Order: sequence, then structure tokens, then C-alpha cells
Amino acid sequence: MAVRVSFKVNGKSVSSEVEERTLLVSLIRDTLRLTGTHVGCDTAQCGACTVMMNGRAVKSCSMLAMQAEGAEITTIEGVAKPDGTLHPMQAAFKEHHGLQCGFCTPGMVINAIDFAKGNPNPTEQDVREALEGNLCRCTGYHNIVKSIMAGAKAMAAAK
Amino acid sequence: MNAPLIGARIPRKEDYRFLTGAGRYTDDVTLPHQTHAVFVRSPHAHAKIKSINSSRAKSAPGVLAVYTGDDIAAAKLGGLPCGWLITDVNGQPMKEPPYPVLAQGKVRFSGERVAVVVAETLDQAHDAAELVEVNYEVLPAVVDAVKALAKGAPALHEVAPDNTCYVWALGDKSAVDAAFAKAAHVTKLEFVNNRLIPNAIEPRAANGSYSRADDSYTLYVASQNPHVERLLMTAFVMGLPEHKVRVVAGDVGGGFGSKIYLYAEDVVVTWASKQLNRPVKWTADRSESYLSDAHGRDHTTTAELALDKDGKFLAMRVKTAANVGAYLSTFASCVPTILYATLLAGQYTTPVIHCEVTAVFTNTSPVDAYRGAGRPEATYVVERLVETAARELKIDAAEIRRRNFIRSFPYQTPVALLYDTGNYDATLDAATKMADVAGFAARKAEAAKRGKLRGLGYACYIEACGIAPSAVAGSLGARAGLFEAGEIRVHPTGSVTVFTGSHSHGQGHETSFAQVVADRLGLPIDSVDIVHGDTSKILFGMGTYGSRSIAVGGTAIVKALDKIVAKGKKIAAHLLEAAEADIEYDRGVFTVKGTDKKKMFGEVSFAAYVPHNYPHDKLEPGLNENAFYDPTNFTFPAGSYVCEVEVDPETGVVRIERWIAVDDFGKIINPMIVDGQVHGGLAQGIGQALTENCHYDASGQLVTGSFMDYSIPRATDVPMFEVDTRETPCTHNPLGVKGCGEAGAIGAPAALMNAITDAIGAKDLPMPATPQTVWRAIQNEKAA
Repeated sequence: MAVRVSFKVNGKSVSSEVEERTLLVSLIRDTLRLTGTHVGCDTAQCGACTVMMNGRAVKSCSMLAMQAEGAEITTIEGVAKPDGTLHPMQAAFKEHHGLQCGFCTPGMVINAIDFAKGNPNPTEQDVREALEGNLCRCTGYHNIVKSIMAGAKAMAAAK
Repeated sequence: MNAPLIGARIPRKEDYRFLTGAGRYTDDVTLPHQTHAVFVRSPHAHAKIKSINSSRAKSAPGVLAVYTGDDIAAAKLGGLPCGWLITDVNGQPMKEPPYPVLAQGKVRFSGERVAVVVAETLDQAHDAAELVEVNYEVLPAVVDAVKALAKGAPALHEVAPDNTCYVWALGDKSAVDAAFAKAAHVTKLEFVNNRLIPNAIEPRAANGSYSRADDSYTLYVASQNPHVERLLMTAFVMGLPEHKVRVVAGDVGGGFGSKIYLYAEDVVVTWASKQLNRPVKWTADRSESYLSDAHGRDHTTTAELALDKDGKFLAMRVKTAANVGAYLSTFASCVPTILYATLLAGQYTTPVIHCEVTAVFTNTSPVDAYRGAGRPEATYVVERLVETAARELKIDAAEIRRRNFIRSFPYQTPVALLYDTGNYDATLDAATKMADVAGFAARKAEAAKRGKLRGLGYACYIEACGIAPSAVAGSLGARAGLFEAGEIRVHPTGSVTVFTGSHSHGQGHETSFAQVVADRLGLPIDSVDIVHGDTSKILFGMGTYGSRSIAVGGTAIVKALDKIVAKGKKIAAHLLEAAEADIEYDRGVFTVKGTDKKKMFGEVSFAAYVPHNYPHDKLEPGLNENAFYDPTNFTFPAGSYVCEVEVDPETGVVRIERWIAVDDFGKIINPMIVDGQVHGGLAQGIGQALTENCHYDASGQLVTGSFMDYSIPRATDVPMFEVDTRETPCTHNPLGVKGCGEAGAIGAPAALMNAITDAIGAKDLPMPATPQTVWRAIQNEKAA
């Protein structure tokens, strides 16, 4: 049966008919065509589908679209400033070569922003533990860790 | 003039789109009237298909078609071809059983494609796939290569009743046996190089579409080599004219080898798009990736090293059973042979080497090249043997390597390769210094006080990259050329678009290739864009694998640049009213020798497209050149890794304390990108040694079929890496480059296992060294 779900994505109100079983990530990718949010697994392990929902990083592959009713969601497309200027965390990933193929990157950045909000000056170990839910196969995490440590400081400084 | 760009640490041009969600991966492409495909896969490793009833599925909501092997046979689609013919020890061709795109009467691995359902929506396709009834007669299965060779083992293919694809050998066996007979010492190891599943984070995907208007196809596919995909699919499987098929591999989310090959799904969606006259998209879920992506490694090996009393290597003897899975994947046959046995000299002067490889069919997913492809397996053989021999002879592990290093180049190995250059002392000396090997004993003693076991391990690897001289590859069985193509299109106002047959799926070619071009033409890097991954735009390409992109693809671009500069000189000579021989060129400036008369590159390119004052009698207008480059030799990146671990004897947990990597990749275009490639390779090598293992149970069920069961390294599993480079330029390409993509994965497993065995005092240990494996080994050592 189709149900209607309404929420905000990247500041814009959206409303869509979905099947009850439709996952939030399917709605975001297939209906809203926000394809920056990726699907890398089917067991909520890889974190490529991570989006910000009501200010917290969540895995949109393990939520029903219906659960987003009334929520405010930010996808990777909504992270940079409206004029295209990168968010400090995005800029840190670029500066420190924290991405290679780019597929895990949106989830990494969203999760890192959520983490950095509560950890303005994290240690290497803090960052590694915070990445428990995000898999990368390209970088060996080395530069992702450096990016997040630098991005967290930059976010704190920009406050 | 701009600062030099070659060698500069320049942030990547491609990052902005990836960081803002604007990458365009295959699954992001949705075409008008898009349909969706779901494959019905065999739940059994080995079974006869007695019947398939798809009538319920066909009448399910939204379903457009259900196709089975019968439809494929009726359409006369060929099987998937193997691109490399290995000739066995008796001069006979390898056994090449057909590899149908949908099973024909029998399935041979769990996950093999039996039927495909195409529907209006993905959910409808999934629902209907559940309704396809397949009646199987389950047969006994065999998943282990050694067991598959035993008498009475279940046979997979009629053409190979003993499950043997080929027995192949390299080297002088009698000379090796003679050297062993008089050796002062023989070190012997028997081990399994564990089977791995590549796991690029982007799953494979394919979206085929057909146009009746001009009888042409477009396939969007997650591929490392779109032209090769097109060639194989059109010429060998579908019988289509090549010019009627466009293959687009846009942004690709990691490959590591797994996206080199032509897969059945790619063919099926392309074929189905014509049957339905609508685009058909398939994207693997992760379970399908585990089941049906080509796997890597899976060697069972006996290896022996003969030495004199001073630790000088006299001979090496290696015997390997290589599991190739149920069918031959695109390059499966060359990986455990040409890319393996030829690397067994390593960095050493071992005078005679013999290697025999038996390739074996089993009821498992096909095995093919995975990051390093044969070279990690060879390095593991060599470096585990060398380290073990050093321990047995009580010679320092670095010292025994130095006693055997090749120091005179070019060097002809006894296993076919001709190393052009190298400096193995330089990388080992640097690595031992960075690792503070001198202070290790004190650190070990300090750890012991805390009840921990500290160990140190080396690996000095070599690899053959820049694949490959086509004539050499052809003489060894390659059924394709291995050159690369590039095109430089200079626009009237002096900016440049570069078309390359190399494919970037994380390697950053859009930046490093642009650095090469912008440096040579004296342009800002933003004036140069790189285009890759589309057969309709790029003249040809052999794609990216074997760390070949900069050495082969980069050289093709340089050859095209040479032509641009040569034509530019002619134009400049005309504009400057000078003789062509008097024109000098340096990074964007054409000068008349010995004068201050000059023309900038932009002025010359403008003149080429607005040819009012132009030597029309001698030159065509325009400034656009292409080049094909076929390398004259492989390149030989090499390096030294030192790993220091601490093992908790109570739990068996291994912690990597330090990782030092000193590599020699020749000239480096962008050190930031190179470091990143090394980090990623190291993590995959560490994964093989510490966490990753593909496991099938005896019935052929894949037990490690998700990220929860098959453990790719997480951020907490790897350390910060300490990397450095030494530079011995390659002698046979103009950039002096060698390639860096696979090194980490090649050298890391041996270094880590050498460190762990050093820590716990065991001679050998199976990979992966999980806490349970390590703890058991410690108990065994105690009991012994």
C-alpha cells in the first residue's frame, strides 16, 4: 500500500508517495534523484548511505522512508554553502587527500561532521573509533583520519 | 612561466564533485523508460537444472520478461571468453569449458546466474524473482583445489574430467634439482595464500540500452576498461559490430581488479535491452558482490629455497595448486602463471628457479586478478622463504637480503624477466633506518616486561608493472594487445582536453595526467581536463590494471604531446619568420634560438585554428594529435617494508605498532596521490594477513558472504603508515615512471606474517592471523 511521507531535504520541503517497505535511501536516490547518497552494502556496515537526520548521522539504508516523516534531512548535496563553497570538513578531505574513488566519501563526510560537532579536537584513536560504521577500501583510512582531525579543528575555528 | 607541476603535491581536480555528491556512478544513471533486472542465482554449488518454471514470475505485477539459459541459447549468445591462452607442459592448450551468461543445464558455483527477471521497478523484479521455480538435482561439490585434484573428486566440466585446467611450468628443473642436491641448507614452507574477495565499496552495476533508430547499444557499466569490455562483448559473445556499441564507465567506485572483467550481467542487460526495446539496469547488492565478483589469490603452495652455508641463495623450487573457480574469468589463466612465477626471483640473484602450477576448477566463484594479481602470491613465497631461512641460519634478516641483492642492471632473471633498473639497497637501508631496527631489541625487552610479544618483519618486494609489451604478452598467450592510447585536443584559445584509454576509479588520473600535460605545455592545471571511460569519446584504450596507467597511458599522452610540440614548432617558425630548426620549446614558450623572439603556446594554438597567417602549403590547420604507445618492457617498482607488531599472548590479538614503507616507483608525478595509493594497498595487504578470508563450506556455500562475516579492515585495524620513496627512474619510458597502485598489497602480507611469526616464535602461521589462529599457534609453541 502506498503511503505519503513529507519531510525536508536540504532545506526544501518534499512530499512523496512510497510503498511501506521503501527504504529512506531509495526515496532519496531513486525518487528525489539525490544520488550523492550511496548504497554499498545490505547489512548497514559500510556507511556509504549516511545522511544527517535532525542533526544526527544515520544510515538511510536501514530506515524506512516513512520513519523520516516530519524530519529535517541533509544529504551530501546540502553540505556545501549555497554558493558552492565547501564545508570545512569537505575542504579538509580535499586538502588531506581523504578520498580516492569517492564512493564512501559522502557517508564519511556526513559522519565526520556529526562526530566533529561533539569532538572539536579529537585524537587519532577517537577518529578511528568514530569510523567504526564507515568502510573505505581505497585509502587505508590514513588520510581520512588526518582529514577528520583537521576538519574538526576547522569546524571549531569557524564557529 | 608556471612552477613545475610534475612532482608537485596538487589537490585533486576530481575531488569537488565527489565531495558534493556530484559523482556519477553507474547506478546513478537512470534513463527514460528505465527497467530493472534481478538475477535468480543458484543456491547450490553444483547441481543439474532439471526444470525452470517461470510462469508465475512472468505474470507478477510489473514484470516485462523472464529469461533463462534456454533464451540465451536460442539467441545464440556465446560464452564469456578468457583473454589469455596458457599452453601446458605437454604443449597442449589449457582446457576452456564454456562459461554461459545464464546457466545451461548445470550450475557450478553458488551464485551462478540461472535466470533474470526484468520489471518496471526494482521491487517488482525482486518480488518476481522469488517466484521463479528452479528444480535442481544437487550434485557433490568440491571447493578446495587440492581436493579437486584427488581421484574420485566431483568433476565440473566434461572437457576437464580431472578438474585440471592446465599444468604449466617455468624454469630449468634439472638445474634446480641439481642445486638442491648439493645445498648446505634447504628451507621449506607449505602454505595457503588465502582466497580474498575484492569488495570495492561500489558494487558492480550495468545499465544497457538499445536504440532502434540506429540499431545501436549503450552500456553504462562499472568497469576498469570500457574498450576491452566492448571488444569482448561484441566480438566474442554477442556477435555485434563494435561501432554499434558504446560502453561508458563513468565514475567507478573502486575496482582493485574486480571490474576488469566482462561479466555475464553486463551481457544480459545489454541483450535484454534490445528484446524489450527499453533500458535495463542491474546493480549488485553486496551479497551478489560476494557471490559473483571474481575472487583473488587461493594458492596452495610448497616452496623451497636452497642456500649455501653463508646464506647465498642457490635455487628455488615452487609447486602451486591455483584455484581458478568454476569457470575461467577474463584473465584468470595468466594470473597464477605469467604474473606469478616470473616474479619468483624477487630482488635476488637466485641463479635457478623452477615453478610448476596446476590450475584447478572448483565449485566456487571464478578467481581472477585482485590488486597485485600473482605478484603478492610470488612475493609471499619469496619473502617468507627468505625470512625463514635467515632465522634457520641465524643470519640477520636484512643482512641475508643484502647478501643476495641484484646490484647490476639490466639483470636477466632465470624466470624470463629483464629488470631494467633498481636500487634495492637504497630502499632497504632507508626502511631499516626509519624503523630504528637498531633499537628493536630494547623495545622487545620492554614489551616482554609488560607480558607482550614484540616482533619485526621485512618484505622486499618487486613487481612487474606497466603491462605490457604486446609482442611479449602475445608470445606468452595474451589474446589482446596491451598498449595504450591518448589524444591531446588543443582548443583555439589554448586550453586542452586530453582523452586517455586509461581509466581512473580512484587513482586520480584527472589530476596526475593533467599535471603531465600542463607542465609540458606551460599551462595552469585548470586549463587541462582529462576525459576517460567512454568509448564514444576516446579513440581506444586497454584500461587500468597492473599499475599500468602512468607508465603506459601516461606515455601515450607524452607521445601525443611530442606531436603537438612538433607541429607547434612549425607554426611558431612561420609566425616568427624563422627556420623550424631554430625554434626551441620549453614549457609553453617557442623561442628563436639565441634571440628574444618568442611565441606563447596560446598564440600558436590560436594561429592553428584561426589560420590567417599560416603555412597552408606545409601544414593542416588545427592542433589535435593522438598516439598509441606499446611499451618495450615491463617496469619494475620495488621497495622495502618493515613492520613491527605486538602480540598479546593471552588473547592472540596482533597490534601493528609501526609500518614503514620505502618504495621506488621511479619518477613521481604527484607524491600526495602516490602516498595515498601506498596507504590503500598496504591496508588491503594487511587485510589479507590479518582479517580477510573467503570461506566456502564443504558443500560449496559461501560462509563469508557479507561485511559482517568477511572482515575488510576497519579504521581501527590499521596504523598510521610511515611512507617514503627512493627514485630510480625507469629507463624505457620518457617520464621515468614505474607505477604504484599495487605495491602495498604486494609487499604487506609477507612483512606482517614475518613480524607475527617473529613475535610468537613460530615457523609459520596461516593467513589471516586472527586472534584465534595466533593464540592457537602460541599454545602449540608452548606445547612443543
